[in-house]
Amino acid sequence: MATTLDQPVTPLAAPVPALGLRHDIRAVRVVWQREMIRFTRDRLRIVTSLIQPVLFLFVLGTGLSTITAGSTQNLNLRTFMYPGALSMAVLFTAMFSAASIVWDREFGFLREMLVAPVSRWAIVLGKCFGGATTATAQGVLILALAGVAGVPYSPTLILVVFLELLLLAFTLTAFGIMTAARIQQFQSFMAINQMLLMPLFFLSGALFPLGNLPVWLQVATRINPLTYAVDPVRRAVFAHLHAPPAVIHRLNPGVTWGGWRVPTGIELLIVAAMGVGMLSIGIWQFRKAE
Amino acid sequence: MNPAVAVRGLTKRYGELVAVDSVDFDVATGEVFGFLGPNGAGKSTTIKMLCTLVEPTAGQASVAGFDVVRQRDDVRRHIGLVFQDPTLDQYLTADQNLQMHAELYGVPRSALKPRMTHVLEMVGLVERRSALVSTYSGGMKRRLEIARGLLHAPRVLFLDEPTVGLDPQTRSSIWRYINELRQREDITIFLTTHYMDEAEYCDRIAIMDHGNIVAMDTPEALKASVGKDRVQITTKDDEAAKIALQHRFDLAATIAEGQLTFAVAAGEEFVPRLFAELGIPIKSVSVSRPSLDDVFMSYTGTTIRDAEAEAGNQWMMRMVANRGGR
Repeated sequence: MATTLDQPVTPLAAPVPALGLRHDIRAVRVVWQREMIRFTRDRLRIVTSLIQPVLFLFVLGTGLSTITAGSTQNLNLRTFMYPGALSMAVLFTAMFSAASIVWDREFGFLREMLVAPVSRWAIVLGKCFGGATTATAQGVLILALAGVAGVPYSPTLILVVFLELLLLAFTLTAFGIMTAARIQQFQSFMAINQMLLMPLFFLSGALFPLGNLPVWLQVATRINPLTYAVDPVRRAVFAHLHAPPAVIHRLNPGVTWGGWRVPTGIELLIVAAMGVGMLSIGIWQFRKAE
Repeated sequence: MNPAVAVRGLTKRYGELVAVDSVDFDVATGEVFGFLGPNGAGKSTTIKMLCTLVEPTAGQASVAGFDVVRQRDDVRRHIGLVFQDPTLDQYLTADQNLQMHAELYGVPRSALKPRMTHVLEMVGLVERRSALVSTYSGGMKRRLEIARGLLHAPRVLFLDEPTVGLDPQTRSSIWRYINELRQREDITIFLTTHYMDEAEYCDRIAIMDHGNIVAMDTPEALKASVGKDRVQITTKDDEAAKIALQHRFDLAATIAEGQLTFAVAAGEEFVPRLFAELGIPIKSVSVSRPSLDDVFMSYTGTTIRDAEAEAGNQWMMRMVANRGGR
């Protein structure tokens, strides 16, 4: 080589003032907007994600009520299962939204975001808000079916449940993103999803009351974070029902730790803390990657 | 003038494998600089280090005046990237892809609309700007990626194999855009390719092989440096002619596709001697100036196609080894 290259490299340009926090917030918004565009464009997905909770609520709820009719008196099993159906709609949509990270990676678009001069947290947070919004929207569609499940359309109930679903959607999307952070292939993510979703759902108290369980099942349900999200929704719904106290107590025993009933506030705090924790792990994983 | 890219002792090791081995070079502002070499030669790793996607093991590099390790975001804001693999969102329109990019790169909102139209005009996609990218052809997608790479007015545009996988017609149209670009914009273009004919378009090229830069100059100077012309002949008896060439002229010839090929200094003056002294009837002769293929051959001792096949095999073996280890 003819050129002499012994002089060291000295950066010549002075750094342009950093774009800073406002720029990162702009990035959060645009990543969120993209999720919204894609969600509203994919009508089929909106319909298909509704099928499972609706099946669960009306087919399973109605069918099984023939067994339980005597013991629950005038309270329909559908009403009991309604909070579970809400959680289910949010759970499945949130995980599917998080899967889009793997999808983006496979189709290259994730790279476009990761090479931009933006903080990684902004991209992950935008994704998380996007997933939380779509999952809540899906939950709201089930919320609209309250009347059919025998739950009254009370404004306060709807508001409380809506906020609880929002929190649940955020935490579940954070969970999905944390899981998706290192996965390269869409199929692998779906396989992991299948492996995680059903146990999470079965052990959450969405399908049966959490009182009077054998010890192993009691422990398993108490470890499951989803339990602490389903219970507040059920409490809110049951507060608006008219049924004999004995039935209410049996169907809505709440989450207990060694006989102590965990208050709603603590339950929601657990869910929020889990969400923030898992989101932080997700961000950390994306910081390390490439 | 300050170099747009300055690299000193840049090295990347992956465990035992030295992907890039202490590379030095400068790219002047406004230059079209080409990295030539087979897959696996270290081109992509070098470009990734310059784009801040991979951290160097040793050495230093600056792009647009910013250090690639210490001023990562500054580098990122001043470079445009077009990767080998597509990175567009197929479910968005061209406009939405550009808007998203502009937000991520902090392009001022007031400048956005005219800038978008400008880059779309440059690559001839204004009419299709509202169409979903999934309806685009491969060439249109690549053009849109180039437009997107230019949207934030970068100082250096990195094109990693910009024409790979495209048909010849689209390839030449991509090159038309790149040539227009260097005339219209004040920009440095850094590209990698393994197409020899495309390397001709560059102001300067560096040939990379096994992690090292083995030659770096203008295409003309590199071809001149080979110093030999390529002579191809057909004879009555090629095998005998090959032996005769070796014995009488000390020339190593290869037989391929029914002709004998060898390299010799001052080929045109050599032809009369060849006729006089070979002793085997010659049916046809052609003499040509060295191509970049010959340059590559003379610096690496192999053709780029063979080097590619070899790199491909190594890659396969690595994959198999990885599988087994898991």
